[in-house]
Amino acid sequence: MQTIFDALSLGSLYALGALGIALIFGVMRLVNFAHGDVISFSIFALMWPSTDAMAVVFAGDLPWFLLIPFVLAVGAGLSVLSEIVVFRRFRRANPATMMIASFALGFVIRYFLLMLFSSRPKSISLLPALSQPVEIFGARIPLLQVITICATIAMLFALTAFLKRTRFGLEMRAAAENFTMARMLGVRANRVIMGAFALSGALAAAIGLILAAQTGTADIQMGAAVMLMAFIATVIGGLGSLPGAVLAGFLLGAASVVMQTVLPIDARPFRDAFVYGAVILVLIFRPQGLIAARGTKERV
Amino acid sequence: MSQLSTDKLSVAFAGLKALSDVDLAIKPGQITGLIGPNGAGKTTLVNVLTGFQAPTGGAVSMNGTALTGLKPHQIRRKGIARTFQGGRLFRDLPVIDNLEVTGVGLGQSRASARAEAAAMLDWIGISALQNRIAGTLPYTDERRVAIGRALIGKPAYILLDEPAAGMSGPEAAELSALIKRIATEMGCGVLLIEHNVGLVLNLCDHIVVLDSGMVIETGPPDAIRSSEKVRHAYMGTAAETNLPVLEVLA
Repeated sequence: MQTIFDALSLGSLYALGALGIALIFGVMRLVNFAHGDVISFSIFALMWPSTDAMAVVFAGDLPWFLLIPFVLAVGAGLSVLSEIVVFRRFRRANPATMMIASFALGFVIRYFLLMLFSSRPKSISLLPALSQPVEIFGARIPLLQVITICATIAMLFALTAFLKRTRFGLEMRAAAENFTMARMLGVRANRVIMGAFALSGALAAAIGLILAAQTGTADIQMGAAVMLMAFIATVIGGLGSLPGAVLAGFLLGAASVVMQTVLPIDARPFRDAFVYGAVILVLIFRPQGLIAARGTKERV
Repeated sequence: MSQLSTDKLSVAFAGLKALSDVDLAIKPGQITGLIGPNGAGKTTLVNVLTGFQAPTGGAVSMNGTALTGLKPHQIRRKGIARTFQGGRLFRDLPVIDNLEVTGVGLGQSRASARAEAAAMLDWIGISALQNRIAGTLPYTDERRVAIGRALIGKPAYILLDEPAAGMSGPEAAELSALIKRIATEMGCGVLLIEHNVGLVLNLCDHIVVLDSGMVIETGPPDAIRSSEKVRHAYMGTAAETNLPVLEVLA
């Protein structure tokens, strides 16, 4: 039971990360490598306005019903700002140029955090009540893990409803499949792209909150580690496919946790090599990803 | 006068003239056919009319208002819609969403866009398909959905780019009936670009023949059928690829 919860919990992080990357890829054909640094930035927002060498949590001390919207807004805001200031200028550039721009933006955010907060990881205590264990089917599971899984599932349902039921969601689904055609039909490009960036940034901030609560630390490298796995999940899922990204995120989480459990003890330090080996196998048999997005195959 | 027209429209690609001084008028409630051998400039003309291609000379206007320089979505909002060769639907979305997104893009609320989409599918006679994923549709249904999508927002003019390509005789006849209804029941001006010359001759009120980017003939179907210029234009290509065209013109 513990293994299942561990797998779902880790898979949740990867699924949310992959979804954030897939949302932007869908409408812009951009793999946004700055996504991980938006996660880190959102974690450090918990300390605003303090930049002390010792961690002083200010914004993070807000009651949860203010804290969560605040951090989500920070992630969404930074992401939208990056679209307006950087990516809008590269709309007509080829994907490689946009990808390099996203790397550059990621480094700018990372070094901005480095200047303010230094590279030393900071210990922070966020919502300590969540570390209490709860008993589920005889297993003692940290409450935070249960909340992470439930919150992820709730976010996935909310996002699905948003994409299916709202006017903006319909525009976004059409734009993700064939952006040029959607524009020709009158869908407003700037609004759709900014919306995708806002959603993606909010998802990054949600990951930041979960990571900060789980680990009790704030480190400028934290986002990059999740970003790598989330990017791999996006590719395995089928670049641009939202259901594929979520599915692959959970599968990657499950593979990591299961290998940690089933591999011989001597092989466990090399777990990631086995996980990446499995990734290579999947891509050999399904190079288009588990659920190929049509938009990547057919463009106007 | 109420019409979509071009005045001495020209397009050149790196010195190669794709269109030269093309004059064209599409009138509401009428079906205008645009035919010509491969490479005559038919799709280039449609691209210019809908803002996909900027002309290098001349002008496009609708009811006296200049449209030259407008972007495709701006032209769509002015009431000029088009379909594309191959349909180009959003293949992962249900049929009704394909139509609904057009209404939403034109500024309607979702509820009113959905209502219009449902009514349009009903008008075309394909209501039963509304929840099918567009990518799973047979070819002919895909074309009909593409036409339905273009008709959302009741455009004043619709430009159909080879809607009958690849269709069998009965399927093309069914499509002809639909195109006729678009002109007569909706009062929409139709520009029909087709390789199926028989369909164009039977359906259109007026036909324009392009060859090498120039209008070589214009008039009612009977005049086109008996035109030596048209026969001559098709002769060059007919010997290799397009013999049925000659039979139709004969």
